[in-house]
Amino acid sequence: MSLIDNLLDYLRGPEKKTAVVAKERLQIILAHERAGRGAATPDYLPALQEELLEVIAKYIHIDREKIKVQLEKHGEYDVLELNVTLPEHQRIL
Amino acid sequence: MAKVIVVTSGKGGVGKTTTSASFASGLALRGNKTVVIDFDVGLRNLDLIMGCERRVVFDIINVINGDAILSRALIKDKHCDNLYVLPASQTRDKDALSLEGVERIINELKETFDYIVCDSPAGIEHGAFSAMYFADEALVVTNPEVSSVRDSDRILGILAAKSKRAVDGLDPVKEHLLVTRYNPGRVAAGEMLSVEDIQEILRIPLLGVIPESESVLQASNSGTPAIHLDKSDVAEAYKDVVARFMGDGVPMRFITAEKMGLFKRLFGGR
Ligand SMILES: Nc1ncnc2c1ncn2[C@@H]1O[C@H](COP(=O)(O)OP(=O)(O)OP(=O)(O)O)[C@@H](O)[C@H]1O
Ligand SMILES: [Mg+2]
Repeated sequence: MSLIDNLLDYLRGPEKKTAVVAKERLQIILAHERAGRGAATPDYLPALQEELLEVIAKYIHIDREKIKVQLEKHGEYDVLELNVTLPEHQRIL
Repeated sequence: MAKVIVVTSGKGGVGKTTTSASFASGLALRGNKTVVIDFDVGLRNLDLIMGCERRVVFDIINVINGDAILSRALIKDKHCDNLYVLPASQTRDKDALSLEGVERIINELKETFDYIVCDSPAGIEHGAFSAMYFADEALVVTNPEVSSVRDSDRILGILAAKSKRAVDGLDPVKEHLLVTRYNPGRVAAGEMLSVEDIQEILRIPLLGVIPESESVLQASNSGTPAIHLDKSDVAEAYKDVVARFMGDGVPMRFITAEKMGLFKRLFGGR
């Protein structure tokens, strides 16, 4: 290893232990999988998603794929998440 | 009231059969009339681990199909008085395991036994489903490894939504986390998920931790459930698990790396 490599390693700080990485990955994927399971998806969700899309389309010219409606469980609460990725040259005002 | 306990995991090879054999033996050693059922139809293994493979005449499918009465298929364990084994079939496919048939057998066993331990096959298919469907309690066997933890979470979801208790609207299946093949040294080095990590992710009560140990192979070689191995850490850990299950407040052991003494370093330790 060259001096530069050593210096870079030093500047990056200690590497994350793999057990920490494993835990973080599990927490993310399981939150996702649990949300998609059983009663977590109420049957009005598709209709709600459809109507939200229509409203947004009235104001912004946007791809359908750029809009995501998701229900997530955060402990005791269900959080309805609406994610809209705006086109680069457009802004809502 | 008899209790039905499923030993389950989703992922294969994590230690379900090892656990079923030792857990059922431990219950019997404490004076409980216990039966352990192999649900791994097509790939039976519990008979080998219990050391009764040469005494298998009839199996669970024979009983379901009416080829044999239940008492003829039960094999008395050679190590404990109160323990019987109901082997799986090697030849049939797992669809022969009908839910009605399993229910009939479990109801009949409930008349005689205090504990009915169900050794589930891997996966989330029919075999695993029939092993868990009638459970009152579940030992969720998990290794400190990402795919095992994820599969355990899947299994917990199925227990909560699709077990008979869930379908009938009864109290939910009581879930217990059992972490096996644990290596405290690697946990300390940051190379393995810790018990605390796993518990935090799966959010169910911890029943026990079984260390990774070479004596498990020796136990299976000789057809003796690991709980009978004198002075081994696995045997002690399984005895603790049974004690906790029966309500004794036993502190957790084998979860921190022991310091290697000079003797152990020179002569190796088991
Ligand atoms: N605590 C342990 N330490 C070391 N090896 C272990 C331990 N527990 C189980 N093993 C080994 O792991 C392997 C799988 O164990 P076992 O057959 O009990 O798993 P299983 O979950 O029943 O597998 P399957 O999903 O195929 O039914 C065996 O070789 C066994 O000896
Ligand atoms: Mg098995």
